[in-house]
Amino acid sequence: MKTLPAGEIDKLLLEMANQLRQAAPGKPVMVGIQTGGVWIAERLHRLLELKTPLGRLNIAFYRDDFSRIGLHPRVTPSSLPFAVEDQHIILVDDVLHTGRTVRAALNEIFDYGRPASVTLAVLIERSGRELPVCAEVIGKRMSLKPGEHVKLSGPEPLALEIKTAE
Amino acid sequence: MNHNSLQLDTHGRLRHFLTIEGLPRSLLLDILNRAESFSGVGERAVKKVPLLRGKTIANLFFEPSTRTRTTFELAAKRLSADVLSLNIASSSTKKGESLLDTLRTLEAMHCDMFIVRHADSGAAHYIASRVAPGVSVINGGDGRHAHPTQAMLDLYTIRKHKGDFSRLCVAIVGDILHSRVARSEIHALSIIGVREIRVIGPRTLVPRDIQTLGVHVFHDLASGIRDADVIIMLRLQSERMRSALIPGESEYFNLYGLTEEKLALANADAIVMHPGPINRGVEIDSTVADGNHSVILQQVSHGIAVRMAIMAMTMSAPGDYPAEAADEVNN
Repeated sequence: MKTLPAGEIDKLLLEMANQLRQAAPGKPVMVGIQTGGVWIAERLHRLLELKTPLGRLNIAFYRDDFSRIGLHPRVTPSSLPFAVEDQHIILVDDVLHTGRTVRAALNEIFDYGRPASVTLAVLIERSGRELPVCAEVIGKRMSLKPGEHVKLSGPEPLALEIKTAE
Repeated sequence: MNHNSLQLDTHGRLRHFLTIEGLPRSLLLDILNRAESFSGVGERAVKKVPLLRGKTIANLFFEPSTRTRTTFELAAKRLSADVLSLNIASSSTKKGESLLDTLRTLEAMHCDMFIVRHADSGAAHYIASRVAPGVSVINGGDGRHAHPTQAMLDLYTIRKHKGDFSRLCVAIVGDILHSRVARSEIHALSIIGVREIRVIGPRTLVPRDIQTLGVHVFHDLASGIRDADVIIMLRLQSERMRSALIPGESEYFNLYGLTEEKLALANADAIVMHPGPINRGVEIDSTVADGNHSVILQQVSHGIAVRMAIMAMTMSAPGDYPAEAADEVNN
């Protein structure tokens, strides 16, 4: 089991904030994907000093595996406290793995309106993509085996673990 | 009858939703929590989530109903299912087709769920015991027996306004004898664990053995609603008038109609509920129905979220929801 300590994560977040100033100039709005993505988004939102409140997306109803694993027991409803129409959105998640979460998040965002653009920012970009999804702003790249999982715990302090499924 | 052998699977998950009776408290809370998750969907630009996309749901209404049918319909549509609403009261059963034949015909159209409302008690059970595996049945009201989704949306409404159930005194007023809503309500409230359940009504409209369900019986409205936190008014059905169980509408209103003066006897922050449709001036005064204690219209909106939750749960996959998936998702 490998870990990434909080101090290291803070450094990555600072770099991501710098990259975001280049990648999404103007007045973007930020949306985090529950749960880990929201923790990362809260930090980035503060670092970038964004004025519009942070949006929180819960993609449980948009997952593509409802027919296999059923309904999530308790879903905190999504809240996008701004009009999505014509906004430049920074979409934030903790880990980009298969790409299915991002697919679900994009579908949900479009149910609220038509954004001008969506920029994807992730703390960890790991191997194992199953869909044509890529992030523009990346904290750290990791090459992991199929059985390995990245687990973020938080919100205070943030810590990252790499677990191997038995 | 052991209802749960039919409505729960071997892991205790909801397969059909037929009656509240015998369901564990944890499952009722599960339904309320899930309804909470769906509550925001109606306020979005696109009032839909794709959970039941590709599923076909048939509303089988053997008995006329507007609000129950439309809220079920809307709930199904907000889950992206395709919905058929069949008013069977006026179609093939009149031509002599049996219930089972109607069912087989709809099964041949590959429906995944039936919402059943029927004048006979036990109709939804009967259908649930005969549908193909994988097809779910939800009881939208059967005879005098049960109306479980109404009871759940009332619990949801009570929790929204009052929070902790254990402190509450709930009074149910009116025709208890003929009311499937009252029956489901009493089961739901006692499973969830409120402090006190009272039923209030004329002797002719309160079943004699109702105390066995753990309720306190009152025949006088004023003493019954004293210090109540929640007042659930029931609709007086006009057919009861014809059978001479009550003397007349105005007499009934004088004794059991909820007016401002009588409401003042309840707790200052009491809420007034009614499953609808309301008879103004019969069981409830207009000033109360439209007043600030009334949550009658909120009950309707909550009905959609609660029905979405129940539909999604019964259509949910047979597999266990992995504990890790709650936060880890599939990234």
